[in-house]
Amino acid sequence: MSAAFDQKIHETVSNPALQLAIYTATGRLADKRKSAVADDYLPEYQELRDQASDVKKHTIDNLDYYLEQFERNVDAHGGKVVYCKDGSEVADFILGLAKEKKAQLIVKSKSMTTEEIDFNERLEHHGLESVETDLGEYIIQLAHERPYHIVAPALHMTRYDVARVFTEKLGVANEIVIEKQAGIARIRLREKFLAADIGVSGANFLVADSGAVVLVENEGNARLTTSAPRIHVAVAGIEKLIPRAQDLATFLKLLGRSATGQSLTVYTSFLSGPRRSTEIDGPDEFYVVLIDNGRTKLLADREKRESLHCIRCGACLNICPVYRKIGGHSFPWVYSGPIGAIITPQFMGALHEPALPFASSLCGACAEVCPVKIDIPKILLSLRAEVKKTPPRGIPERLERLAYRIWAWVMRHPRIYEMVAMAAASLAPDSKNGYIRAVPAFLNFGPIRGWLSQRDLPAPAPKSFRQIWRARSKP
Amino acid sequence: MSRDNILHKVRTALGRSVGQPPPPLPPPRIVVPTISIDAKIASFCQRLDALAGKTHVASSAADACDYVRRIVDGREAVASNALLLHECGVTALPSVRSGITDREELRALCATAAVGITSADYCLADTGTLVMISSREEARLISLLPPIHVAVVSRDRMLSGLDELLSAVPLPADQSSSMVLITGPSRTADIEQILVRGVHGPGEIHVVIV
Repeated sequence: MSAAFDQKIHETVSNPALQLAIYTATGRLADKRKSAVADDYLPEYQELRDQASDVKKHTIDNLDYYLEQFERNVDAHGGKVVYCKDGSEVADFILGLAKEKKAQLIVKSKSMTTEEIDFNERLEHHGLESVETDLGEYIIQLAHERPYHIVAPALHMTRYDVARVFTEKLGVANEIVIEKQAGIARIRLREKFLAADIGVSGANFLVADSGAVVLVENEGNARLTTSAPRIHVAVAGIEKLIPRAQDLATFLKLLGRSATGQSLTVYTSFLSGPRRSTEIDGPDEFYVVLIDNGRTKLLADREKRESLHCIRCGACLNICPVYRKIGGHSFPWVYSGPIGAIITPQFMGALHEPALPFASSLCGACAEVCPVKIDIPKILLSLRAEVKKTPPRGIPERLERLAYRIWAWVMRHPRIYEMVAMAAASLAPDSKNGYIRAVPAFLNFGPIRGWLSQRDLPAPAPKSFRQIWRARSKP
Repeated sequence: MSRDNILHKVRTALGRSVGQPPPPLPPPRIVVPTISIDAKIASFCQRLDALAGKTHVASSAADACDYVRRIVDGREAVASNALLLHECGVTALPSVRSGITDREELRALCATAAVGITSADYCLADTGTLVMISSREEARLISLLPPIHVAVVSRDRMLSGLDELLSAVPLPADQSSSMVLITGPSRTADIEQILVRGVHGPGEIHVVIV
């Protein structure tokens, strides 16, 4: 485990206010999801999951076909598709466009893909202003932080934190009433919307048969981003495709419910091309930037390819006992929770944070709530194997490996296993109420000490299973 | 060029060749229930009310117009060019501007107006949703910039839900650059999960069914 990972986790678990914030918010979101997909409200829930999973698998397995179909349809409606291999190509494209159109100000709606490529920082480095307009994203941009959660980016902040950030960065009087804080953001951002030259959005879905970008949101900032400025640029990963507009009947029902328990979010925008000649408003130019940024590498791995089926609903974060304890900022990259634990190693390399795939109890709750049925625990196991394939580094790792070799050998030899088990049982320290609280000093070190610092060890049974079995089998 | 490079990488990763058609796709899952128009209207109103939207089933065009007049209450309002608004007499109300076809003019008006008045192409009964398709009759910003949005909708536009919409309009892009589904007033819960309405879009929404 890297020191940074370890430290972030300790900071989070030892901060009671933060623990409460994470627990409350994720618990509430998980509860809302649970009632929204319950049999009474959505009897077809499991059918929808099967359909979504089948359609997504088909699309990803034939992605080149749908990319080309999407591109043709964007062209047909007067838009343009731009492929970029990474964040620097995206920045080059936007900078070129801004220069050509003499644009200074960019308004942005929420997009995890742009977080992935440090979009704002890259453009600000070149003197452009790029403003996040989702309330949560606006707050964390002002605070120079990363999103804490895929769906609720400022989940870790209280109204007092927001008041402090607004006072420091916007120069407004201290304001701790949440409605008024939202009002401050509305006024500030309304000016930006009306002055912006370019609106940059993400995409929840790209629809191949329509050449359309679909955006779901509750605030209206994505509608403003895509309708007020003269130019709309959608930035999305190549895996966002779905084949048909009619597939939205499946995906929209799952996305809102899985994310926030809403049967539909307040706004769903289906956007294709610039405004038509008969339309009164809307952008004059429409671009879709499709980025790879490591996705094609992931696509090549048959076993783990399904990681690309994710529709970023955040349900796996809310249900995860590990995320709910260690929070979003402990994770080493922009994607947190179970989905972050499987995609981060695949984007950044398994050794970027070797402990990440192990930061899971493999309880399977994530797979159970995933609307597209990604088998997250299976992928975590495969990533663990990948991490362990690399030669051991340092003495603790060598010792661990040696210990597991011995363990495996003992487990394969029942007689020896029995002898070892009996020896261990006879040497076991005193137990109380069926549990061992402490071990002799010479054993109290390293992982044993760590384990016992949080838990008690069940005392060995007076007779082993094998002994009982033999006694019973006697004629 | 990145385009060809990326497409090449995708094909190599998937073991596919240029122009290779995909195997058959699972058919879309579209299920349209049969529900009476009155049941649809009742469901729509119940759903939208639950989201703090306001609904009014008008007994006549004059009644609809009267409801809108009370909401506008003499404040500055912008109405879309939808025929229904004209037929109900909404566009003739004092302080209501309509008939705008210039983008800049419309934008300036919407930025200061207290109320935006539109019709809607469809309503979705099972979610309390308005479906707005951008056209010469309906602009995008009228339902977005003013803090109050009033929609006057003909009752024959009521659909059961998303599935019926997508079977009636299987390719929205063929009609318009923008189809927006509006389900209740603009909201956020980004600070401490506390619900606040009207953060960017209208905080108040009224639907009048004629």
